[in-house]
Amino acid sequence: MGQGEADTVLEARDLARSFQGVAAVGGMSLRLSRGEMLGLIGPNGAGKTTMFNMLAGSLPPSSGRILLDGRDVTAEGAERRLARGLGRSFQIPRPFPEMTVLENVLCGAQDQSGERVLGALFRPGQSRRDEDAAVEKARHLTDFLMLSHLENEPARILSGGQRKLLELARLMMADPQVLLLDEPAAGVNPSLLEDIMERIVALNGQGVSILLIEHNMDMVARLCSRVVVMALGRELAQGAPEAVIRDPEVVRAYLGDAA
Amino acid sequence: MIDLLSYGAFFLTMALTYAVICLGLNLQWGQAGLFNVGVAGFVAVGAYVSAILTTPPVDGRIGGFGLPPLAGWLGGGLGAGLLCFLLGALTLRLRADYLAIATFGAAVVIQLALLNLEGLTGGPFGIGFIPRPFGGLAGEPGLFAAANLGVLILLVLACYLVLQHLTRSPWGRVLRALREDEEAARALGKDPVAYRLQAFAIGGFVMGLGGAAQAHFIGFIAPDNYLPTLTFQVWTMLIIGGSGNMRGAILGAVLVWALWAVSGSAVSALFPSGQQARAASLQLVLIGVALSAVLLLRPRGLLGEAGTLRSPLRRADRRDTAKISQGQKTNA
Repeated sequence: MGQGEADTVLEARDLARSFQGVAAVGGMSLRLSRGEMLGLIGPNGAGKTTMFNMLAGSLPPSSGRILLDGRDVTAEGAERRLARGLGRSFQIPRPFPEMTVLENVLCGAQDQSGERVLGALFRPGQSRRDEDAAVEKARHLTDFLMLSHLENEPARILSGGQRKLLELARLMMADPQVLLLDEPAAGVNPSLLEDIMERIVALNGQGVSILLIEHNMDMVARLCSRVVVMALGRELAQGAPEAVIRDPEVVRAYLGDAA
Repeated sequence: MIDLLSYGAFFLTMALTYAVICLGLNLQWGQAGLFNVGVAGFVAVGAYVSAILTTPPVDGRIGGFGLPPLAGWLGGGLGAGLLCFLLGALTLRLRADYLAIATFGAAVVIQLALLNLEGLTGGPFGIGFIPRPFGGLAGEPGLFAAANLGVLILLVLACYLVLQHLTRSPWGRVLRALREDEEAARALGKDPVAYRLQAFAIGGFVMGLGGAAQAHFIGFIAPDNYLPTLTFQVWTMLIIGGSGNMRGAILGAVLVWALWAVSGSAVSALFPSGQQARAASLQLVLIGVALSAVLLLRPRGLLGEAGTLRSPLRRADRRDTAKISQGQKTNA
Protein backbone atom coordinates (compact mmCIF):
# COMPACT_ATOMS: atom_id res chain seq x y z
CA MET A 1 0.00 0.00 0.00
CA GLY A 2 2.78 2.34 0.96
CA GLN A 3 4.13 2.61 -2.56
CA GLY A 4 2.54 5.44 -4.49
CA GLU A 5 2.59 6.25 -8.22
CA ALA A 6 5.82 8.16 -7.86
CA ASP A 7 7.71 5.00 -6.93
CA THR A 8 6.60 3.10 -10.00
CA VAL A 9 9.44 2.69 -12.48
CA LEU A 10 7.77 0.42 -15.03
CA GLU A 11 4.08 0.09 -15.58
CA ALA A 12 1.95 -1.91 -17.99
CA ARG A 13 -1.65 -0.83 -18.39
CA ASP A 14 -4.09 -3.30 -19.84
CA LEU A 15 -1.62 -4.83 -22.27
CA ALA A 16 -3.05 -7.21 -24.83
CA ARG A 17 -1.57 -9.11 -27.72
CA SER A 18 -3.04 -11.76 -29.93
CA PHE A 19 -1.44 -13.95 -32.57
CA GLN A 20 -3.72 -14.79 -35.49
CA GLY A 21 -6.80 -14.30 -33.38
CA VAL A 22 -5.52 -16.21 -30.36
CA ALA A 23 -4.97 -13.96 -27.36
CA ALA A 24 -1.57 -14.66 -25.81
CA VAL A 25 -1.95 -11.80 -23.37
CA GLY A 26 -5.40 -10.35 -22.77
CA GLY A 27 -5.55 -7.23 -20.67
CA MET A 28 -2.65 -7.57 -18.27
CA SER A 29 -1.53 -4.78 -15.95
CA LEU A 30 1.68 -4.79 -13.99
CA ARG A 31 3.55 -2.36 -11.79
CA LEU A 32 7.21 -2.57 -10.88
CA SER A 33 8.32 -0.30 -8.05
CA ARG A 34 11.70 1.36 -7.90
CA GLY A 35 14.25 -0.97 -6.35
CA GLU A 36 11.83 -3.89 -6.28
CA MET A 37 12.52 -7.44 -7.41
CA LEU A 38 9.25 -8.73 -8.77
CA GLY A 39 8.67 -12.30 -9.87
CA LEU A 40 6.44 -13.13 -12.82
CA ILE A 41 5.44 -16.78 -12.75
CA GLY A 42 2.86 -18.95 -14.39
CA PRO A 43 2.47 -22.24 -16.24
CA ASN A 44 3.84 -22.72 -19.77
CA GLY A 45 1.84 -20.78 -22.30
CA ALA A 46 0.59 -18.28 -19.74
CA GLY A 47 1.91 -15.39 -21.85
CA LYS A 48 4.89 -14.43 -19.70
CA THR A 49 7.38 -14.16 -22.52
CA THR A 50 4.86 -12.35 -24.74
CA MET A 51 4.41 -9.91 -21.88
CA PHE A 52 8.17 -9.55 -21.65
CA ASN A 53 8.59 -8.97 -25.35
CA MET A 54 6.01 -6.21 -25.24
CA LEU A 55 7.67 -4.58 -22.23
CA ALA A 56 11.04 -4.82 -24.00
CA GLY A 57 9.70 -3.25 -27.18
CA SER A 58 10.36 -6.19 -29.49
CA LEU A 59 6.65 -6.92 -29.89
CA PRO A 60 4.12 -4.14 -30.36
CA PRO A 61 1.04 -4.67 -28.17
CA SER A 62 -2.36 -4.94 -29.81
CA SER A 63 -3.65 -2.56 -27.16
CA GLY A 64 -2.64 -1.09 -23.85
CA ARG A 65 0.15 1.20 -22.75
CA ILE A 66 3.65 0.86 -21.34
CA LEU A 67 5.10 3.56 -19.11
CA LEU A 68 8.76 3.71 -18.23
CA ASP A 69 9.49 6.23 -15.51
CA GLY A 70 6.12 7.81 -16.21
CA ARG A 71 6.84 8.27 -19.92
CA ASP A 72 4.70 6.47 -22.49
CA VAL A 73 7.10 4.29 -24.51
CA THR A 74 4.48 2.00 -26.06
CA ALA A 75 5.25 3.03 -29.63
CA GLU A 76 9.04 2.87 -29.36
CA GLY A 77 11.03 -0.07 -30.73
CA ALA A 78 13.35 -2.32 -28.74
CA GLU A 79 16.42 -0.34 -29.81
CA ARG A 80 15.15 2.71 -27.87
CA ARG A 81 14.53 0.95 -24.55
CA LEU A 82 18.05 0.50 -23.27
CA ALA A 83 18.88 4.17 -23.72
CA ARG A 84 15.81 4.85 -21.59
CA GLY A 85 17.16 2.60 -18.87
CA LEU A 86 15.38 -0.68 -19.54
CA GLY A 87 17.39 -3.78 -20.40
CA ARG A 88 16.17 -7.29 -21.17
CA SER A 89 17.72 -10.73 -21.29
CA PHE A 90 16.50 -13.53 -23.51
CA GLN A 91 15.07 -16.85 -22.38
CA ILE A 92 17.60 -18.54 -24.63
CA PRO A 93 20.69 -16.30 -24.43
CA ARG A 94 21.71 -14.64 -27.65
CA PRO A 95 25.43 -13.86 -27.61
CA PHE A 96 27.15 -12.66 -30.78
CA PRO A 97 28.82 -16.02 -31.43
CA GLU A 98 31.85 -14.98 -33.51
CA MET A 99 32.74 -12.01 -31.32
CA THR A 100 34.92 -12.36 -28.27
CA VAL A 101 33.38 -12.17 -24.83
CA LEU A 102 34.89 -8.72 -24.32
CA GLU A 103 33.54 -7.47 -27.67
CA ASN A 104 30.13 -8.83 -26.75
CA VAL A 105 30.17 -6.86 -23.53
CA LEU A 106 31.42 -3.72 -25.31
CA CYS A 107 28.35 -3.87 -27.54
CA GLY A 108 26.29 -2.94 -24.51
CA ALA A 109 27.96 0.49 -24.25
CA GLN A 110 25.61 3.35 -25.05
CA ASP A 111 26.19 6.66 -26.75
CA GLN A 112 29.79 6.00 -27.74
CA SER A 113 31.40 8.50 -30.07
CA GLY A 114 33.05 5.68 -32.03
CA GLU A 115 29.69 4.06 -32.76
CA ARG A 116 28.77 7.02 -34.95
CA VAL A 117 30.33 7.27 -38.41
CA LEU A 118 31.29 10.91 -37.98
CA GLY A 119 32.63 10.26 -34.50
CA ALA A 120 34.72 7.30 -35.65
CA LEU A 121 36.11 9.26 -38.62
CA PHE A 122 36.51 12.79 -37.40
CA ARG A 123 36.69 12.66 -33.63
CA PRO A 124 39.32 9.97 -33.08
CA GLY A 125 40.40 11.38 -29.72
CA GLN A 126 36.92 11.36 -28.25
CA SER A 127 36.24 7.92 -29.76
CA ARG A 128 39.40 6.53 -28.25
CA ARG A 129 38.62 7.94 -24.82
CA ASP A 130 35.07 6.54 -24.95
CA GLU A 131 36.35 3.15 -26.06
CA ASP A 132 39.04 3.06 -23.37
CA ALA A 133 36.47 3.88 -20.72
CA ALA A 134 34.14 1.22 -22.14
CA VAL A 135 36.90 -1.41 -22.13
CA GLU A 136 37.72 -0.63 -18.52
CA LYS A 137 34.07 -0.91 -17.52
CA ALA A 138 33.64 -4.10 -19.56
CA ARG A 139 36.66 -5.68 -17.83
CA HIS A 140 35.17 -4.75 -14.50
CA LEU A 141 31.90 -6.41 -15.45
CA THR A 142 33.45 -9.58 -16.85
CA ASP A 143 35.30 -9.79 -13.57
CA PHE A 144 32.10 -9.27 -11.55
CA LEU A 145 30.37 -11.97 -13.61
CA MET A 146 33.26 -14.44 -13.53
CA LEU A 147 34.06 -14.30 -17.23
CA SER A 148 37.47 -12.65 -17.07
CA HIS A 149 39.36 -15.78 -18.04
CA LEU A 150 37.25 -16.07 -21.20
CA GLU A 151 37.56 -12.43 -22.25
CA ASN A 152 39.28 -13.11 -25.55
CA GLU A 153 37.44 -16.29 -26.46
CA PRO A 154 34.65 -16.25 -29.02
CA ALA A 155 31.28 -16.30 -27.29
CA ARG A 156 30.20 -19.45 -29.13
CA ILE A 157 32.35 -21.61 -26.84
CA LEU A 158 30.54 -20.48 -23.67
CA SER A 159 28.34 -22.88 -21.74
CA GLY A 160 24.65 -22.14 -21.26
CA GLY A 161 25.19 -20.65 -17.84
CA GLN A 162 28.12 -18.54 -18.98
CA ARG A 163 25.97 -17.20 -21.79
CA LYS A 164 23.45 -16.03 -19.21
CA LEU A 165 26.24 -14.26 -17.36
CA LEU A 166 27.44 -12.71 -20.59
CA GLU A 167 23.96 -11.34 -21.28
CA LEU A 168 23.93 -9.79 -17.85
CA ALA A 169 27.34 -8.23 -18.43
CA ARG A 170 26.26 -6.83 -21.78
CA LEU A 171 23.19 -5.25 -20.22
CA MET A 172 25.10 -3.87 -17.24
CA MET A 173 27.30 -1.89 -19.65
CA ALA A 174 24.33 0.41 -20.18
CA ASP A 175 23.68 0.96 -16.46
CA PRO A 176 19.99 0.11 -16.77
CA GLN A 177 17.68 1.06 -13.91
CA VAL A 178 15.25 -1.70 -14.84
CA LEU A 179 16.15 -5.25 -15.84
CA LEU A 180 13.79 -7.78 -17.38
CA LEU A 181 15.31 -11.20 -16.81
CA ASP A 182 13.77 -14.13 -18.66
CA GLU A 183 14.52 -17.36 -16.78
CA PRO A 184 18.07 -16.56 -15.67
CA ALA A 185 18.27 -19.94 -13.92
CA ALA A 186 17.02 -22.21 -16.71
CA GLY A 187 19.55 -24.78 -17.80
CA VAL A 188 22.24 -23.55 -15.42
CA ASN A 189 24.15 -26.01 -13.29
CA PRO A 190 23.57 -25.68 -9.51
CA SER A 191 26.92 -24.17 -8.54
CA LEU A 192 26.69 -21.51 -11.23
CA LEU A 193 23.08 -20.94 -10.29
CA GLU A 194 24.09 -19.82 -6.82
CA ASP A 195 26.58 -17.41 -8.38
CA ILE A 196 24.00 -15.99 -10.77
CA MET A 197 21.51 -15.50 -7.96
CA GLU A 198 24.13 -13.79 -5.86
CA ARG A 199 24.92 -11.40 -8.73
CA ILE A 200 21.25 -10.63 -9.28
CA VAL A 201 20.79 -9.84 -5.60
CA ALA A 202 23.87 -7.62 -5.74
CA LEU A 203 22.48 -5.71 -8.72
CA ASN A 204 19.18 -5.26 -6.96
CA GLY A 205 21.12 -4.03 -3.94
CA GLN A 206 22.67 -1.36 -6.16
CA GLY A 207 19.18 -0.03 -6.84
CA VAL A 208 18.33 -1.83 -10.09
CA SER A 209 14.64 -2.74 -10.29
CA ILE A 210 14.19 -6.26 -11.60
CA LEU A 211 11.29 -8.11 -13.17
CA LEU A 212 12.05 -11.81 -13.20
CA ILE A 213 10.40 -14.63 -15.10
CA GLU A 214 11.36 -17.87 -13.44
CA HIS A 215 10.08 -21.42 -13.17
CA ASN A 216 12.36 -22.30 -10.30
CA MET A 217 9.99 -21.52 -7.41
CA ASP A 218 12.71 -21.94 -4.86
CA MET A 219 14.69 -19.22 -6.56
CA VAL A 220 11.66 -16.94 -6.85
CA ALA A 221 10.84 -17.41 -3.19
CA ARG A 222 14.37 -16.53 -2.19
CA LEU A 223 14.72 -13.50 -4.44
CA CYS A 224 11.33 -11.84 -4.63
CA SER A 225 9.16 -10.34 -1.95
CA ARG A 226 6.24 -10.14 -4.34
CA VAL A 227 5.18 -12.31 -7.24
CA VAL A 228 2.54 -11.97 -9.93
CA VAL A 229 1.02 -15.17 -11.28
CA MET A 230 -0.11 -15.22 -14.91
CA ALA A 231 -2.36 -17.80 -16.49
CA LEU A 232 -4.07 -17.74 -19.86
CA GLY A 233 -2.80 -14.26 -20.59
CA ARG A 234 -4.12 -12.62 -17.43
CA GLU A 235 -3.16 -11.97 -13.85
CA LEU A 236 -4.38 -14.78 -11.64
CA ALA A 237 -2.99 -13.76 -8.30
CA GLN A 238 -0.29 -11.71 -6.66
CA GLY A 239 1.31 -11.39 -3.29
CA ALA A 240 4.12 -12.84 -1.21
CA PRO A 241 5.58 -16.01 -2.78
CA GLU A 242 4.68 -18.31 0.13
CA ALA A 243 1.06 -17.17 0.09
CA VAL A 244 0.72 -17.31 -3.67
CA ILE A 245 2.06 -20.85 -3.90
CA ARG A 246 -0.69 -22.05 -1.56
CA ASP A 247 -3.44 -20.19 -3.41
CA PRO A 248 -5.81 -22.90 -4.72
CA GLU A 249 -6.38 -20.97 -7.96
CA VAL A 250 -2.66 -20.98 -8.61
CA VAL A 251 -2.32 -24.66 -7.80
CA ARG A 252 -5.15 -25.41 -10.21
CA ALA A 253 -3.56 -23.29 -12.94
CA TYR A 254 -0.30 -25.22 -12.63
CA LEU A 255 -1.81 -28.68 -12.22
CA GLY A 256 -5.48 -28.22 -13.02
CA ASP A 257 -5.66 -29.14 -16.66
CA ALA A 258 -3.67 -32.29 -16.04
CA ALA A 259 -5.76 -33.28 -13.03
CA MET B 1 60.50 -2.44 -72.30
CA ILE B 2 58.88 0.96 -71.76
CA ASP B 3 55.88 -0.32 -73.70
CA LEU B 4 55.55 -3.32 -71.46
CA LEU B 5 55.93 -1.19 -68.35
CA SER B 6 53.36 1.33 -69.48
CA TYR B 7 51.01 -1.48 -70.42
CA GLY B 8 51.53 -2.91 -66.95
CA ALA B 9 50.80 0.48 -65.43
CA PHE B 10 47.71 0.85 -67.60
CA PHE B 11 46.49 -2.59 -66.61
CA LEU B 12 47.10 -2.03 -62.92
CA THR B 13 45.46 1.39 -62.97
CA MET B 14 42.33 -0.10 -64.50
CA ALA B 15 42.37 -2.96 -62.00
CA LEU B 16 42.65 -0.48 -59.14
CA THR B 17 39.56 1.43 -60.29
CA TYR B 18 37.73 -1.87 -59.87
CA ALA B 19 39.40 -2.32 -56.48
CA VAL B 20 37.79 0.92 -55.31
CA ILE B 21 34.35 -0.25 -56.48
CA CYS B 22 34.94 -3.63 -54.87
CA LEU B 23 35.87 -2.00 -51.56
CA GLY B 24 32.52 -0.21 -51.62
CA LEU B 25 30.69 -3.48 -52.20
CA ASN B 26 32.70 -5.10 -49.43
CA LEU B 27 31.43 -2.56 -46.93
CA GLN B 28 27.85 -3.18 -48.05
CA TRP B 29 27.95 -6.96 -48.32
CA GLY B 30 31.05 -8.14 -46.47
CA GLN B 31 30.43 -5.98 -43.42
CA ALA B 32 26.73 -5.15 -43.40
CA GLY B 33 25.31 -8.14 -45.28
CA LEU B 34 23.45 -5.91 -47.77
CA PHE B 35 22.84 -7.69 -51.05
CA ASN B 36 23.40 -5.02 -53.71
CA VAL B 37 22.90 -6.41 -57.21
CA GLY B 38 22.86 -3.01 -58.84
CA VAL B 39 26.55 -2.17 -58.55
CA ALA B 40 26.72 -1.11 -62.21
CA GLY B 41 24.06 1.54 -61.65
CA PHE B 42 25.88 3.21 -58.77
CA VAL B 43 29.19 3.09 -60.63
CA ALA B 44 27.45 4.69 -63.63
CA VAL B 45 26.04 7.49 -61.50
CA GLY B 46 29.51 8.21 -60.14
CA ALA B 47 31.01 8.21 -63.63
CA TYR B 48 28.35 10.37 -65.26
CA VAL B 49 28.09 12.90 -62.45
CA SER B 50 31.83 13.37 -62.52
CA ALA B 51 31.89 13.55 -66.33
CA ILE B 52 29.11 16.15 -66.42
CA LEU B 53 30.82 18.23 -63.77
CA THR B 54 34.27 18.23 -65.33
CA THR B 55 33.90 18.14 -69.13
CA PRO B 56 34.11 21.35 -71.11
CA PRO B 57 30.74 22.85 -72.17
CA VAL B 58 29.07 21.25 -75.19
CA ASP B 59 26.23 22.64 -77.30
CA GLY B 60 22.95 20.81 -76.90
CA ARG B 61 23.90 19.06 -73.69
CA ILE B 62 23.32 20.22 -70.13
CA GLY B 63 26.47 20.27 -68.10
CA GLY B 64 30.03 20.50 -69.09
CA PHE B 65 30.87 22.64 -66.10
CA GLY B 66 34.60 22.35 -66.59
CA LEU B 67 35.31 21.79 -62.89
CA PRO B 68 38.59 20.19 -61.77
CA PRO B 69 38.60 16.35 -61.64
CA LEU B 70 38.79 16.32 -57.85
CA ALA B 71 35.45 18.14 -57.65
CA GLY B 72 34.04 15.68 -60.17
CA TRP B 73 35.18 12.65 -58.17
CA LEU B 74 33.71 14.05 -55.00
CA GLY B 75 30.47 14.85 -56.82
CA GLY B 76 30.35 11.38 -58.35
CA GLY B 77 30.80 9.76 -54.97
CA LEU B 78 28.20 11.97 -53.34
CA GLY B 79 25.72 11.33 -56.18
CA ALA B 80 26.03 7.55 -55.88
CA GLY B 81 26.01 7.72 -52.06
CA LEU B 82 22.86 9.84 -52.07
CA LEU B 83 21.15 7.44 -54.45
CA CYS B 84 22.07 4.52 -52.18
CA PHE B 85 20.75 6.45 -49.20
CA LEU B 86 17.40 7.07 -50.87
CA LEU B 87 17.03 3.50 -52.12
CA GLY B 88 18.06 2.16 -48.72
CA ALA B 89 15.66 4.45 -46.88
CA LEU B 90 12.85 3.04 -49.01
CA THR B 91 13.73 -0.63 -48.78
CA LEU B 92 15.89 -1.40 -45.72
CA ARG B 93 12.89 -1.59 -43.41
CA LEU B 94 11.51 -4.38 -45.57
CA ARG B 95 12.72 -7.95 -45.88
CA ALA B 96 16.27 -8.39 -47.14
CA ASP B 97 15.28 -9.60 -50.62
CA TYR B 98 13.59 -6.30 -51.41
CA LEU B 99 16.93 -4.54 -51.37
CA ALA B 100 18.20 -6.93 -54.03
CA ILE B 101 15.14 -6.35 -56.19
CA ALA B 102 15.28 -2.59 -55.73
CA THR B 103 19.00 -2.29 -56.51
CA PHE B 104 18.70 -4.47 -59.59
CA GLY B 105 15.74 -2.40 -60.78
CA ALA B 106 17.56 0.84 -60.08
CA ALA B 107 20.57 -0.28 -62.12
CA VAL B 108 18.36 -1.14 -65.11
CA VAL B 109 16.50 2.17 -64.84
CA ILE B 110 19.75 4.12 -64.57
CA GLN B 111 21.20 2.42 -67.62
CA LEU B 112 18.05 3.12 -69.65
CA ALA B 113 18.00 6.70 -68.44
CA LEU B 114 21.61 7.18 -69.53
CA LEU B 115 20.68 5.81 -72.91
CA ASN B 116 17.70 8.10 -73.39
CA LEU B 117 18.40 11.35 -71.56
CA GLU B 118 20.42 12.60 -74.52
CA GLY B 119 20.32 16.20 -73.38
CA LEU B 120 22.17 15.29 -70.20
CA THR B 121 24.12 12.12 -70.87
CA GLY B 122 24.80 12.23 -74.58
CA GLY B 123 22.56 9.18 -75.11
CA PRO B 124 24.06 6.04 -76.64
CA PHE B 125 27.20 7.94 -77.69
CA GLY B 126 28.01 8.82 -74.11
CA ILE B 127 30.32 11.57 -72.98
CA GLY B 128 33.82 12.05 -74.29
CA PHE B 129 36.70 14.40 -73.54
CA ILE B 130 36.55 13.69 -69.84
CA PRO B 131 39.66 15.42 -68.52
CA ARG B 132 42.33 12.96 -67.48
CA PRO B 133 44.40 13.74 -64.46
CA PHE B 134 47.88 14.81 -65.60
CA GLY B 135 46.58 15.28 -69.16
CA GLY B 136 49.52 17.63 -69.64
CA LEU B 137 51.86 14.64 -69.53
CA ALA B 138 50.09 12.83 -72.37
CA GLY B 139 53.11 13.52 -74.60
CA GLU B 140 55.23 11.20 -72.45
CA PRO B 141 53.36 7.90 -72.19
CA GLY B 142 55.57 6.39 -69.53
CA LEU B 143 55.33 9.32 -67.17
CA PHE B 144 51.63 9.73 -67.87
CA ALA B 145 50.92 6.07 -67.06
CA ALA B 146 53.01 6.25 -63.91
CA ALA B 147 51.25 9.40 -62.72
CA ASN B 148 47.83 7.85 -63.28
CA LEU B 149 48.85 4.69 -61.50
CA GLY B 150 50.15 6.80 -58.62
CA VAL B 151 46.82 8.58 -58.28
CA LEU B 152 44.90 5.31 -58.25
CA ILE B 153 47.26 3.74 -55.73
CA LEU B 154 46.69 6.74 -53.47
CA LEU B 155 42.93 6.52 -53.95
CA VAL B 156 42.82 2.78 -53.17
CA LEU B 157 45.06 3.29 -50.18
CA ALA B 158 42.90 6.11 -48.86
CA CYS B 159 39.68 4.10 -49.31
CA TYR B 160 41.29 1.05 -47.74
CA LEU B 161 42.57 2.93 -44.70
CA VAL B 162 39.30 4.76 -44.08
CA LEU B 163 37.14 1.65 -44.52
CA GLN B 164 39.49 -0.48 -42.46
CA HIS B 165 39.42 2.13 -39.71
CA LEU B 166 35.63 2.23 -39.85
CA THR B 167 35.16 -1.53 -39.71
CA ARG B 168 37.53 -1.82 -36.77
CA SER B 169 35.90 1.04 -34.90
CA PRO B 170 32.98 0.53 -32.52
CA TRP B 171 30.80 1.47 -35.51
CA GLY B 172 32.05 -1.61 -37.37
CA ARG B 173 31.52 -3.70 -34.25
CA VAL B 174 27.87 -2.70 -34.23
CA LEU B 175 27.58 -3.76 -37.88
CA ARG B 176 29.02 -7.16 -36.98
CA ALA B 177 26.68 -7.46 -34.01
CA LEU B 178 23.70 -6.72 -36.25
CA ARG B 179 24.91 -9.31 -38.73
CA GLU B 180 25.32 -11.97 -36.07
CA ASP B 181 22.05 -11.43 -34.18
CA GLU B 182 19.83 -8.52 -35.06
CA GLU B 183 17.33 -9.04 -32.24
CA ALA B 184 20.05 -9.13 -29.60
CA ALA B 185 21.69 -6.03 -31.06
CA ARG B 186 18.38 -4.18 -30.96
CA ALA B 187 17.98 -5.15 -27.32
CA LEU B 188 21.35 -3.46 -26.77
CA GLY B 189 20.08 -0.22 -28.25
CA LYS B 190 21.48 -0.53 -31.78
CA ASP B 191 19.13 0.66 -34.52
CA PRO B 192 19.51 -1.81 -37.41
CA VAL B 193 17.99 0.41 -40.10
CA ALA B 194 20.16 3.40 -39.21
CA TYR B 195 23.39 1.40 -39.26
CA ARG B 196 22.58 -0.44 -42.47
CA LEU B 197 21.58 2.78 -44.16
CA GLN B 198 24.90 4.35 -43.19
CA ALA B 199 26.90 1.38 -44.45
CA PHE B 200 24.90 1.27 -47.68
CA ALA B 201 25.35 4.98 -48.37
CA ILE B 202 29.07 4.97 -47.56
CA GLY B 203 29.55 1.88 -49.75
CA GLY B 204 27.66 3.67 -52.52
CA PHE B 205 29.89 6.71 -52.13
CA VAL B 206 32.99 4.55 -52.58
CA MET B 207 31.48 2.82 -55.63
CA GLY B 208 30.66 6.19 -57.17
CA LEU B 209 34.19 7.34 -56.47
CA GLY B 210 35.53 4.26 -58.25
CA GLY B 211 33.20 4.87 -61.19
CA ALA B 212 34.34 8.49 -61.45
CA ALA B 213 38.02 7.55 -61.28
CA GLN B 214 37.47 4.96 -64.01
CA ALA B 215 35.68 7.46 -66.26
CA HIS B 216 38.52 9.95 -65.97
CA PHE B 217 41.11 7.31 -66.58
CA ILE B 218 39.43 6.05 -69.77
CA GLY B 219 38.36 9.52 -70.85
CA PHE B 220 35.13 8.34 -72.44
CA ILE B 221 31.97 6.74 -71.07
CA ALA B 222 28.85 5.28 -72.65
CA PRO B 223 25.80 3.45 -71.28
CA ASP B 224 27.11 0.13 -72.59
CA ASN B 225 29.89 0.22 -69.99
CA TYR B 226 27.33 -0.16 -67.24
CA LEU B 227 25.44 -3.34 -68.07
CA PRO B 228 24.74 -6.03 -65.44
CA THR B 229 27.99 -7.72 -66.54
CA LEU B 230 29.82 -5.07 -64.53
CA THR B 231 27.87 -5.98 -61.41
CA PHE B 232 28.72 -9.63 -62.00
CA GLN B 233 32.41 -8.81 -62.41
CA VAL B 234 32.59 -6.82 -59.20
CA TRP B 235 30.78 -9.52 -57.24
CA THR B 236 33.17 -12.12 -58.63
CA MET B 237 36.10 -9.96 -57.56
CA LEU B 238 34.76 -9.72 -54.03
CA ILE B 239 33.92 -13.41 -53.70
CA ILE B 240 37.24 -14.56 -55.14
CA GLY B 241 39.26 -12.09 -53.06
CA GLY B 242 37.40 -12.85 -49.86
CA SER B 243 34.23 -11.13 -48.78
CA GLY B 244 34.54 -9.27 -45.50
CA ASN B 245 38.25 -8.62 -45.92
CA MET B 246 39.27 -5.24 -47.36
CA ARG B 247 42.60 -6.53 -48.64
CA GLY B 248 40.74 -9.46 -50.18
CA ALA B 249 38.53 -7.02 -52.09
CA ILE B 250 41.62 -5.34 -53.58
CA LEU B 251 43.35 -8.62 -54.38
CA GLY B 252 40.20 -10.04 -55.98
CA ALA B 253 39.81 -6.97 -58.16
CA VAL B 254 43.37 -7.21 -59.48
CA LEU B 255 43.20 -10.98 -60.05
CA VAL B 256 39.84 -11.03 -61.80
CA TRP B 257 40.75 -8.04 -63.91
CA ALA B 258 43.97 -9.83 -64.88
CA LEU B 259 41.97 -12.90 -65.87
CA TRP B 260 39.62 -10.69 -67.85
CA ALA B 261 42.44 -8.83 -69.63
CA VAL B 262 44.48 -11.95 -70.41
CA SER B 263 41.47 -13.86 -71.69
CA GLY B 264 40.51 -10.81 -73.76
CA SER B 265 43.87 -10.75 -75.52
CA ALA B 266 43.73 -14.52 -75.94
CA VAL B 267 40.36 -14.20 -77.66
CA SER B 268 41.62 -11.56 -80.06
CA ALA B 269 44.78 -13.58 -80.80
CA LEU B 270 43.08 -16.96 -81.30
CA PHE B 271 39.89 -16.13 -83.16
CA PRO B 272 39.39 -14.57 -86.58
CA SER B 273 38.01 -11.06 -86.39
CA GLY B 274 34.55 -12.14 -87.57
CA GLN B 275 34.17 -14.53 -84.65
CA GLN B 276 35.64 -12.36 -81.92
CA ALA B 277 32.41 -10.79 -80.70
CA ARG B 278 30.96 -14.23 -80.10
CA ALA B 279 34.16 -15.64 -78.69
CA ALA B 280 34.20 -12.84 -76.14
CA SER B 281 31.49 -14.74 -74.28
CA LEU B 282 34.21 -17.22 -73.39
CA GLN B 283 35.60 -14.54 -71.10
CA LEU B 284 32.44 -14.68 -69.02
CA VAL B 285 32.61 -18.47 -69.02
CA LEU B 286 36.17 -18.32 -67.77
CA ILE B 287 35.24 -15.92 -64.96
CA GLY B 288 32.36 -18.22 -64.06
CA VAL B 289 34.67 -21.22 -63.90
CA ALA B 290 37.14 -19.32 -61.72
CA LEU B 291 34.31 -18.31 -59.44
CA SER B 292 33.07 -21.88 -59.13
CA ALA B 293 36.57 -23.15 -58.47
CA VAL B 294 37.12 -20.66 -55.65
CA LEU B 295 33.73 -21.43 -54.14
CA LEU B 296 34.55 -25.13 -54.18
CA LEU B 297 38.13 -24.94 -52.97
CA ARG B 298 38.11 -21.85 -50.76
CA PRO B 299 34.50 -20.95 -50.01
CA ARG B 300 35.49 -17.84 -48.08
CA GLY B 301 37.66 -16.53 -50.89
CA LEU B 302 41.41 -16.14 -50.95
CA LEU B 303 41.61 -13.83 -47.95
CA GLY B 304 38.12 -14.39 -46.57
CA GLU B 305 37.09 -13.46 -43.07
CA ALA B 306 35.64 -16.23 -40.95
CA GLY B 307 31.90 -16.46 -40.97
CA THR B 308 31.02 -13.50 -43.17
CA LEU B 309 29.97 -14.87 -46.52
CA ARG B 310 27.95 -17.63 -44.97
CA SER B 311 26.19 -15.54 -42.36
CA PRO B 312 22.90 -15.02 -44.26
CA LEU B 313 22.73 -18.75 -44.93
CA ARG B 314 23.40 -19.50 -41.31
CA ARG B 315 20.66 -17.09 -40.32
CA ALA B 316 18.31 -19.03 -42.58
CA ASP B 317 19.46 -22.29 -40.99
CA ARG B 318 18.75 -20.97 -37.55
CA ARG B 319 15.29 -19.86 -38.59
CA ASP B 320 14.59 -23.31 -40.01
CA THR B 321 15.75 -25.12 -36.91
CA ALA B 322 13.71 -22.72 -34.78
CA LYS B 323 10.68 -23.55 -36.89
CA ILE B 324 11.34 -27.25 -36.57
CA SER B 325 11.70 -27.11 -32.81
CA GLN B 326 8.54 -25.04 -32.61
CA GLY B 327 6.81 -27.64 -34.71
CA GLN B 328 7.99 -30.34 -32.36
CA LYS B 329 6.68 -28.36 -29.42
CA THR B 330 3.24 -28.07 -30.92
CA ASN B 331 3.29 -31.75 -31.84
CA ALA B 332 4.22 -32.74 -28.31
